[in-house]
Amino acid sequence: MAKFSWRQGVMALAVVPLLTLAACSSGGGKTETSNAGGGGAVADTPRLKVAMITHAAAGDTFWDIVRKGAETAAQKDNVELLYSGDAEGGRQAQLVQQAIDQKVDGILVTLAKPEALKDVVKKAADAGIPVVSFNAGEDQSKVMGAITHFGQSDKLAGVTVGQRLAAEGIKHPICVIMEQGHVGLENRCAGVKEEVPGSEILNVNGADMTSVSSTVTAKLQSTPDADAIIGLGAPFTLTIVKSVKETGSKVKVASFDLNGELAKAIEDGSVEFTVDQQPYLQGYGAVDTIWLNKVGGFKVGGGQQVYTGPAVVDKSNAVDVSKFAQAGIR
Amino acid sequence: MANAVLTIAVDERVSARSTLQKLLVRPEIGALVGALVLFVFFAAIAPVFLQPSSLATVLYGSSTIGIMAVGVALLMIGGEFDLSTGVAVITSALSASMFSWYFSTNIWVGVAFALVVSLGIGFINGWILVKTNLPSFIVTLATFLMLAGLNLGLTRMIGGAVATPSVSDLDGFDAARVLFASTIKIGGIDVNVTVFIWVALVVVASWVLLRTKVGNWIFAAGGDANAARAVGVPVNKTKIGLFMAVGFCGWILGMHNLFAFNTVQSGEGVGNEFLYIIAAVIGGCLLTGGYGSAIGGAIGAFIFGMANKGIVYAQWNPDWFKFFLGLMLLLATIVNLIVKRRAELK
Repeated sequence: MAKFSWRQGVMALAVVPLLTLAACSSGGGKTETSNAGGGGAVADTPRLKVAMITHAAAGDTFWDIVRKGAETAAQKDNVELLYSGDAEGGRQAQLVQQAIDQKVDGILVTLAKPEALKDVVKKAADAGIPVVSFNAGEDQSKVMGAITHFGQSDKLAGVTVGQRLAAEGIKHPICVIMEQGHVGLENRCAGVKEEVPGSEILNVNGADMTSVSSTVTAKLQSTPDADAIIGLGAPFTLTIVKSVKETGSKVKVASFDLNGELAKAIEDGSVEFTVDQQPYLQGYGAVDTIWLNKVGGFKVGGGQQVYTGPAVVDKSNAVDVSKFAQAGIR
Repeated sequence: MANAVLTIAVDERVSARSTLQKLLVRPEIGALVGALVLFVFFAAIAPVFLQPSSLATVLYGSSTIGIMAVGVALLMIGGEFDLSTGVAVITSALSASMFSWYFSTNIWVGVAFALVVSLGIGFINGWILVKTNLPSFIVTLATFLMLAGLNLGLTRMIGGAVATPSVSDLDGFDAARVLFASTIKIGGIDVNVTVFIWVALVVVASWVLLRTKVGNWIFAAGGDANAARAVGVPVNKTKIGLFMAVGFCGWILGMHNLFAFNTVQSGEGVGNEFLYIIAAVIGGCLLTGGYGSAIGGAIGAFIFGMANKGIVYAQWNPDWFKFFLGLMLLLATIVNLIVKRRAELK
């Protein structure tokens, strides 16, 4: 077999053109997307350096949207954006410390673990660096000395979902938590429960989609009186939709957050609705707040937090939102 | 007769070795070279890296890995490794905080309780290992999973939430904070106390390894357990003791986490066990045991800290961090291998 026979040579010659053919799919590949907001005029203010520090692990689509919003604002405002993140509170605090070391002009930080960040955020404020919190920590933001907070109250979003489900006559929804022990997710389900007392929590392992799918299937099979199921993040809801279809269950599916696929699913009716916290706004607003503060000493929000959600997306507006979602900004 | 004299003179076993050769066979030499290269590299591309306050941040980041790497390095020299260390740190912090909070005791009671828990976890790991002869991979993987579950389950059962209530109002909190999570001013720069604890641990561990009988036992138990038993080394006790030493290091880091942040998130710590192992391996410890040093683990942790923080100071995209970490791990171990072979040939 070590020799290269003529048969193999002919085979290879026959296969190569096939490969080139296969390379041209009629659709579904990478398409050129225009950079939203890019290429426009840039502010003539002095260049600022702003650090954005999140509690997100790398590779989450939600944070890509936040980052896109931040980068768009940075481009317009002549800001150099330094993006970093660490899921562990202590290490996120070290990243904030590093931003202080680098003498940045502003710090944007998520306060998912406020106790871990308390000291270092105060240190930044003491050093005269304006801080804006976003996404998580609306209750602690003001105390810790941030100018304002951009985000959605998870509880409020949960209540919104709950009200809507209650209006549709839902009695027994299942709230699927994909990260056991995440305070924000617990608050969302608590908000739902406030409006629909019969709701129930299901914990799944979000790090493993196959396990999400099988756990949801098992739950649906063992709970025949469930009439709705709620995914707490777009990719998880889409997995839940698959499980619901497979089991042939009649439950309605609702969701939190949004991505392109989910917008399509709402369009075709397999998901009833979702509440979007508009992550693009969180990134965009946070960067812009620093710029406004530097330019005119403005306090966006007037000392109060700025709500970026919940914005309900259902069949009535899914088509419009879907367009933006495909572009990766909703 | 002249012939015999000549033979003795060239017998390599008794010939004196040059200082350079002695240095080259040290397990941490590869890591030391790597650390120097990385330091110069980051100093060159990111001037802010050399700023004293930045160095203090780098050292602090390194110390939170390094404190554990000391125990893990000793354990690896003793021929075992521990996958439960990452969550065991959180277990320790949770025990101290929940115990003091639930019983409204002085925080020091909780701190002592956590020490007992941490040493107990180490003891159980070691005891199951020597009783069953199962590989440490399996035993500690099991404890890792059990502890991760206990952390979450007990915290919610006792405190009603997934993070512990703040313990900053309990008696003794301030004193404990000084010991475990304060900063000390050196030349106007705030250096975290963990850096000093880390250095002290490395010194003690090096002394034990190189100057005491126990140190010999550790090398012997990791090199060839059966041969060590034959010459009277208490291999089982040594291994259990090593697991408990890891527990002790976990206790220190756990207390730091608690007193630095007042509350503990029960789900944290997963994955950190690999960072400690990576630090020890970069520092020249062999996975097969019997070879390595405590100072090597410290250098490994410092390399990790420099890479982790340096990428931020250099303003690179952090998406690439893990790739560089893996590459460094590979390069460091290959350099270790080459240096060691060359030195042994001479």
